[in-house]
Amino acid sequence: MLRVAARRELGAYVVIVAPDPEGPAPEPGQFYMLAAGERWGGGEDERPHLPRALSVLRAGADGLEFLLDDVGPGTARLCELRPGDPLWVAGPFGRGFRVGGDERAVLLCGGGVGAAPLALLQDRLRQAGRAQRALLGFRDGEHARGADLLHGARVATDDGSAGHHGPVTELLAAELAAEPQALVCACGPPAMLEAVRALCAARGARAQLALEAGMACGFGACFGCVVPVRGGGYLRVCVDGPVVDGELLETCLAPA
Amino acid sequence: MSGGPVAFCGLELAHPILNGSGTYDALAALEVFGPGLLERFPFAAFVSKTITLEPRAGNPPPRLYEAPAGLINSIGLPNKGLHGYLEEDLPRLAALPVPLITNVMGSTVAEVAALVEAASARAEVAAIELNVSCPNVRTGLDLGADPHELAGLVADLRPRTAKPLIVKLTPNTADVARVAQAAEAAGADAVSLINTLRAFAPHPDGSGAPWLGGGSGGMSGPAVRAVALAQVAAVARRVSIPIVGMGGVCSGRDAKRFLDAGARLVAVGTESFRDPAAGLRIRRELEEILAKSGVLTA
Repeated sequence: MLRVAARRELGAYVVIVAPDPEGPAPEPGQFYMLAAGERWGGGEDERPHLPRALSVLRAGADGLEFLLDDVGPGTARLCELRPGDPLWVAGPFGRGFRVGGDERAVLLCGGGVGAAPLALLQDRLRQAGRAQRALLGFRDGEHARGADLLHGARVATDDGSAGHHGPVTELLAAELAAEPQALVCACGPPAMLEAVRALCAARGARAQLALEAGMACGFGACFGCVVPVRGGGYLRVCVDGPVVDGELLETCLAPA
Repeated sequence: MSGGPVAFCGLELAHPILNGSGTYDALAALEVFGPGLLERFPFAAFVSKTITLEPRAGNPPPRLYEAPAGLINSIGLPNKGLHGYLEEDLPRLAALPVPLITNVMGSTVAEVAALVEAASARAEVAAIELNVSCPNVRTGLDLGADPHELAGLVADLRPRTAKPLIVKLTPNTADVARVAQAAEAAGADAVSLINTLRAFAPHPDGSGAPWLGGGSGGMSGPAVRAVALAQVAAVARRVSIPIVGMGGVCSGRDAKRFLDAGARLVAVGTESFRDPAAGLRIRRELEEILAKSGVLTA
């Protein structure tokens, strides 16, 4: 059981920090399963019961950092945590971004809390001296404060209250036009990821997409977090992803 | 009652805690946690996911719904099929430090017979568990919901294997104890229960449509524990073969309650999703409880 060491608000988001000195260092794009150590359950509809899967935002001397958006009974409880509160974590799990052995520029494209894994990835790219640009989309100005997590991010908002007025994929389309060989690393909600996937497919650009799925376990046991793959069948987001090559997918949208 | 070694259908298990079928993928766990897992494997026996004759992709997502104190799932039994299981998985599962129990399901007696014979022929397989929560395609009845259907199935299978046959009972029947009696009379070596309770997960959009891609689902987790305890106790009063009890086991105290209700072994399911090491913790807690209550443990 870890302990929350710090909590800060960032616009509409909350960042919590929990030292994990014994734990392995995570790769960008990997995730942890999180649950409050106390009072996990008994919220709306007697939930949450299962832990919640969250990409790691940063992992350094201060500990593991996670970016939270209060969207349901699980994230609401996690957002309530204060320094000193116990935090149960398991991880790091899954396959992260794979950007090594390559000199091409990287376009980091995030939507909402999808900015989180891109922050750690950007740190690594900057350390390696690799060219990169960050493009982040948010629903409004309050959420756009999340752009502070990355260096030099260009912002788009759905309501036009900050940065470019429109989807972040419009920024991505312009960057790809200028740099068609770039590698795209993206994380965000399904509709945004689908727009990224379709754009990259149309331009012949390589895309690595960090997927999100409802998950019970995080380590391959429950077979609940599947997404359909091109040509039939499913992959498990937790062990085959969460980062997958865009070419593997027909669509990032849930089946109708 | 003991938290230590336990005899079960001729197998010597190190302790009474195992996994429920479909709630722990040992091969995926070995990839994720590394070979060190073999030194601290959480279960005294490993029960496979349900194996069917042909490969199955499983149900379309969404497959999960978080319910009050539990989980409703509609996974749809994805598996590699009998051939894939025997050729690819079984040799790797043999590296586990515990006996293997292979869970199988078919929709006709002939299908189940083929599965049982093929699994039985393999030295790696210590016992066979029958998932009978499946409609008979000929009669439309759940094989495990009707005592006569089930007795016919088990009587057909019994001469086909010398290995222990465990019947995994469905709770979705009027009188589970009668079904258990029928299984025992037809030659089953043990029964395991409960499987998931049939459950409906409404779409969060308020339309009344099902949320799960497979339509209806199966409920598990602490929410079903009291129902499971009642069913285990009812079955224990009517059969003399050993019982594997399960349903919402989250702690050693829960495991003790299943032992008290008449179970020989206790399976952990949904709790392993919440904590991959739940089996180890539950076993430790059970030993502590039994030691305190004055029961000798090995």
